[in-house]
Amino acid sequence: MAPLLGTGLTRALRQRHGGDPETSTSDEWVIKARPVPRPGRWIATVVVGLLIAMLVHGLVTNGTFGWGTVGHYFFTSLVLSGVRLTIILTVVSMAAGIVIGIVVAVMRMSPNPLMSNASRLYIWFFRGTPLLVQLIFWYNIGALYPKISVGIPFGPSFASFTSTHVLTSLVAALVGLSLNEGAYMAEIIRSGIMAVDAGQIEAARSLGMHQRLLLRRVVLPQAMRVVIPPTGNQVITMLKTTSMCSVIAIAELLYSVELIYQRNFETIPLLIVASLWYLLMTTVLSVGQYYLERHFGRGQITMLSLNMQHRR
Amino acid sequence: MSVPTTSNGHPTVGMDDEFLKVVKATKRFGTTTVFENIDLVVNRGTVSCIIGPSGAGKSTLLRCINALERLSAGRIYVNGEIIGFREHRDRHYELTDKQAALQRSKIGMVFQRFNLFPHMTVLENIVEAPIRVLRQPKAEVLERARGLLARVGLSDKETSYPAHLSGGQQQRVAIARALALQPELMLFDEPTSALDPELCGEVLDVMKQLAHQGITMIVVTHEMGFARDVADDVIFMDGGAIVERGTPGDVLERPVEERTKKFLGSVLARAPS
Repeated sequence: MAPLLGTGLTRALRQRHGGDPETSTSDEWVIKARPVPRPGRWIATVVVGLLIAMLVHGLVTNGTFGWGTVGHYFFTSLVLSGVRLTIILTVVSMAAGIVIGIVVAVMRMSPNPLMSNASRLYIWFFRGTPLLVQLIFWYNIGALYPKISVGIPFGPSFASFTSTHVLTSLVAALVGLSLNEGAYMAEIIRSGIMAVDAGQIEAARSLGMHQRLLLRRVVLPQAMRVVIPPTGNQVITMLKTTSMCSVIAIAELLYSVELIYQRNFETIPLLIVASLWYLLMTTVLSVGQYYLERHFGRGQITMLSLNMQHRR
Repeated sequence: MSVPTTSNGHPTVGMDDEFLKVVKATKRFGTTTVFENIDLVVNRGTVSCIIGPSGAGKSTLLRCINALERLSAGRIYVNGEIIGFREHRDRHYELTDKQAALQRSKIGMVFQRFNLFPHMTVLENIVEAPIRVLRQPKAEVLERARGLLARVGLSDKETSYPAHLSGGQQQRVAIARALALQPELMLFDEPTSALDPELCGEVLDVMKQLAHQGITMIVVTHEMGFARDVADDVIFMDGGAIVERGTPGDVLERPVEERTKKFLGSVLARAPS
């Protein structure tokens, strides 16, 4: 067993089986075995250590990294407004994507063939075409439908708008990201719902819970346990995918630094600024994910809960 | 004793009235017939054990009584009310999702695999349905839930999660959870089949205690000892039909039908009790 993974788990398991065996045996019976020599481990340590040293040395001595420039631009208002827009794009399109995902997943499992096939078609299309194409498409939707009107289908219309006025580049970005995300989230949520034991649904029904109540109180909380890790992945991917919106002139984080380095040619320091911001935001998200997982994993005996028990 | 009792010593208060009535019940899945033309009457306050080989249709019949499955033909009445429909002037109307749910809440069911909600504590499992389905006041439900936990001997496990309980303890919580809705009828679907032999006793004891309190019970089981000691009626099912029915003495000790004899012979040979 890999030592890093092994110790925590075995120690936690040992604690569960009542007490440390070493305290309950007399001292002369304790085996002090010589460890197996592991020369490979030493060599690996030296190699990796050297590589890290070279990396750090390069980071410090190579002037092109321009750490001073990085520090200078890190908190400039243009960068900060880019960060803000990246967060807005991520939060809004993730939230919309989750809602679309739930609807599409439930449709997919519907006994009505029109519903399930419509849902299948949606997922097929939005997963099957590049997001970049989808974004440019929404940005140019005005060419396809110059006017958008609200009214009765095939009947009179109550109001109409010019597409280019309603679908600004920000709206196009949000629509494109959300619809794309919805297709991926639908499959993640469907897998979560399918992971819930059928016996759970039967028990809830036998207790007189109607469909919506049992979905909300029994199925979804248990599905969450399965849904959260891949959703965390999606959020982090989304955070970085928003950088694609730079092609439709959305001044999110990457576009903001591009604007700066196109003027002063400090390309690498400004890309470092953007990368550090992305790293910072992903770190915060990962921490949030850990607590969400712990919340929805309550009552479960898992590797995570065993390790927590051992740490306490 | 002044109170009249049944053959197995249960009080006969309000007995002799038909509580559950199954008429010409048939269930098919596609082209396979699970059971056909079953007629069955269970009186109020009695304990009926359904025995028989696997695939006889016992569990499916139980699930139809609780409207978890719908009959292909026939009718089931519980306390005079038809299950799964609304009857009005000889016409049947499908129940809405909520009406069907309300009907199920009057019938308690205990499953072979417990099916406790793993994300809720023991106490939360028990109070969930009375509070959310019947909308009873929280304080009253909590008090009743604690009483039930005491009755099944698990007062100290209130805040435990199901995963930290033994199978026998989980099944006792499941029984308490079903009882929390104060059902008029309790259905048990092989409640001890998933348990280690040494844990069956604690579950059967709780069930015996229930039987003596006069709640109407239908138990699908392989525990012949329980059927002999507790049941008022033993029903032997095989091949989708009721083959033989009578008091435990008649069916278990002096079976008439050849198939019953054969089944009992094979069961008793495996587990001497």
